[in-house]
Amino acid sequence: MNELLDLSLVDWSRAQFALTAMYHWLFVPLTLGITFILAIMETIYVKTGNPEWKKITKFWMKVFGINFAIGVATGIILEFEFGTNWSNYSWFVGDIFGAPLAIEGIMAFFMESTFIAVMFFGWGKVSKRFHLVSTWLTALGANLSALWILVANGWMQFPVGMQFNPDTARNEMVNFWDVFLSPVATSKFLHTIFSGFELASIFVIGISAWYLLKKREVIFARKSILVAAVFGLISSVFVIGFGHASTQQVAYHQPMKLAAMEGLYEGQNGPGLIAMGVLSTKKTDPEYKQLKDFLFRVEIPKGLSVLAYLNTTQFMPGIKDLLDGNSEHNILSAPEKIARGKMAIQLLKDYKMAKDDGNAEEASTLRAKFMSDDFQKNYFKYFGYGYIKNPTDLIPDIPMVFYSFRIMVMLGTYFVFFFIFTLLWLTRGTLEKKKWFLRLALITMPLAYLASMSGWILAEVGRQPWVIQDLLPTVAAVSQIGVSAVQVTFWLFAFVFTLLLIAEVKIMTKQIKIGPKDGGH
Amino acid sequence: MSHLTLQHYWWAIIALLAALLVFLMFVQGGQTLIYRLGKTSNERTMIVNALGRKWEFTFTTLVTFGGAFFASFPLFYSTSFGGAYWAWMALLFAFIIQAVSYEFRSRPSNFLGKRTFDAFLFANGLLATVLLGVVVGTFFNGANFSVSNMNLSRWENPAHGLEAVLTFSNVALGLAIFFLARVLALLYFMNSIDHEPIFRNAKKQLLYNTIPFLVFFLYFVIRLLFIKGFAYDPKTLEVSMEPYKYLHNFLQMPVVLIIFLVGVVGVLWGIISSLLKDKTNGIWYAGIGTVLTVFALMLVAGYNNTCYYPSNFDLQSSLNIVNSSSSKFTLTVMSYVSLMVPFVLAYIWYAWKAINREKITESEISGEGEGHVY
Repeated sequence: MNELLDLSLVDWSRAQFALTAMYHWLFVPLTLGITFILAIMETIYVKTGNPEWKKITKFWMKVFGINFAIGVATGIILEFEFGTNWSNYSWFVGDIFGAPLAIEGIMAFFMESTFIAVMFFGWGKVSKRFHLVSTWLTALGANLSALWILVANGWMQFPVGMQFNPDTARNEMVNFWDVFLSPVATSKFLHTIFSGFELASIFVIGISAWYLLKKREVIFARKSILVAAVFGLISSVFVIGFGHASTQQVAYHQPMKLAAMEGLYEGQNGPGLIAMGVLSTKKTDPEYKQLKDFLFRVEIPKGLSVLAYLNTTQFMPGIKDLLDGNSEHNILSAPEKIARGKMAIQLLKDYKMAKDDGNAEEASTLRAKFMSDDFQKNYFKYFGYGYIKNPTDLIPDIPMVFYSFRIMVMLGTYFVFFFIFTLLWLTRGTLEKKKWFLRLALITMPLAYLASMSGWILAEVGRQPWVIQDLLPTVAAVSQIGVSAVQVTFWLFAFVFTLLLIAEVKIMTKQIKIGPKDGGH
Repeated sequence: MSHLTLQHYWWAIIALLAALLVFLMFVQGGQTLIYRLGKTSNERTMIVNALGRKWEFTFTTLVTFGGAFFASFPLFYSTSFGGAYWAWMALLFAFIIQAVSYEFRSRPSNFLGKRTFDAFLFANGLLATVLLGVVVGTFFNGANFSVSNMNLSRWENPAHGLEAVLTFSNVALGLAIFFLARVLALLYFMNSIDHEPIFRNAKKQLLYNTIPFLVFFLYFVIRLLFIKGFAYDPKTLEVSMEPYKYLHNFLQMPVVLIIFLVGVVGVLWGIISSLLKDKTNGIWYAGIGTVLTVFALMLVAGYNNTCYYPSNFDLQSSLNIVNSSSSKFTLTVMSYVSLMVPFVLAYIWYAWKAINREKITESEISGEGEGHVY
């Protein structure tokens, strides 16, 4: 594996991936949700024949088109960055990770790009029914695209359905269904797409609220809000449900991430959930400088135990248990895991050397030892720990993880009430009179993006230092290129994406100011 | 199926995706002709809209090509993308600026201006075609990398991919693809835009672009038949240089040779029939011909015990379809998925036909139609 661990290179490579991924994620959730909102609106048009619904559909389609173009522009780089910046990773797991990407291209991208063309250019050229089917298939294609990449991401958080092959020095897939139907992947996918639906609903409500504030396009705005509020409310319930399922998966498979999310330093039976809290800058432990005290916290007793394990007495390991070990609860210490990881790496090297030297007998013995159940369960399981220099490197950035989780959860809860009141006042016919709420709807739009971004920060920063949980740390995954090369491309991406973002926002804003008219075309 | 058969099958899929990608690059070629062909703003808008209905297919094919390569031959993915960093990054930047240009160019409040986005489209058309050709050229001419016994690769040239442009044969392939893309674009415009001045102009430009295409293409192909190739022993996987390797490949795989020749004839017939007569269906002959030609060239690069990604630094590090592929299990799983490809092609065909039933006209572009206009 990688013997030259250049931390600066790793940091810049991470920064570049984070930059491009976050820019991409500014546009994806809206695409995921608004395509279904469009499909619902067009269905109503086809069912009722009311041209007002066609106008509504075409306006939101225009908005979607502007968003989609920049989503595509920012997305292409991500697929290739797995190779350009994480080449060791792309070999180590390419046998598994590549398959979802290929399936995504064949199944989802072509569906999306084919039917999006019919959706945009087919008005008046294809039958109403075919056009409607195309709009639904565009929505399906967009969400299928998310499925496969999230299956891949779920696998990185909890690697299953694979076996390490010492001959090729990589992980190989042995069970596709274990990878595809991994509970981590399914809960992650469903939580993510429903959060996209929620964001798109908030977006549609926010823009429509602006029209109501300006006393323009009132019928258009009311109808748009009706569809979005119902869709958003239903989605928000699923977001919470699958968010809960995701937390349970984190508890089972990524205990360090959960401990960091909760700022839980010492293990507890039936731990409470910190509803709100502020971390101080003071250290709580001279040995582990990352552990900071709380300035204050509001705790729901037994809350975390119930949330993560559905009981009130479950023991949950804290960060110190995971680093120092806890024999009572059968938790190995980090130094022990590191030692076992080093043994696994060494045995692999010995095997390779024996093979290269033509020593078939020794190679065969070493291979058998490597593949034995005992070695796989007790040593190879900690393979990635062999690259960890210091046990404290295993602690993710606690403040980032702690706050991003709270921001996401608090906003997610707020969104449920937001949808309920929107729908309530819309159906009572009093929404237009509540100017404060319409203004709140405008402010809620950026909050939806903040919640969405926080979710990803939690998921990705929370799993550090791993790129593949327990098997491959980020430092060992990076491509061996000059750090200056990555710095140059980082700034190029930052410049180009920012420029395109400004262009997108200006065009989108103008298009909204122009309004639906005959659909905005 | 055996692992070796699956490896051949997946190389054929990669070859087909590469072939479709080169054909679909008519979009890129067309982007370099917007101002050459369109003398008025309306004409330019018609040209952009003719391309704008197809650009996503090229884009999607590129993404699928990348994903399929990653899944089926991950060692290539990790070696080439992580090593030839600058070549791939330049190619990707060229695609980033394309994606927004169609949608944004004529929108109100477009603060960069229509001309900027048209310049982005030109840059994409030029760079994407030439760079793709340069990178594919290294499939025949080699690159500077090594692969360790843990299958971890290292690029052995500080230029990280930029050195590929110093090999003239790579550049010749890049230029051949560039001019081919323009030729295909011209044939596509003649077929899909109902506007006499554009048709006449396209026909004139067809000749000017065919000549350099033929010069660079013939240079590349003739040279290919005479150079040494990177052969490997199928039993030991030991790599050695074999004189006239690619000529041998053509002769030892007569079906591939026939595909290649039929493809070349198809391209030539598409061009000639459009030049000599006022035919509008040349794109079909030239398009199918392009797919067949590139498909055959890719098979020649990877089949018959040939290293498709040779290393000039360390011969034994060269990649072939055996030493760089995914496991048998993964290739099998993906082979099941690939059975969906005919279905995907069928619905693409159906959808294209539905949209293209009528040619693009001036009245549609000027906003009299119902559809989306770029």
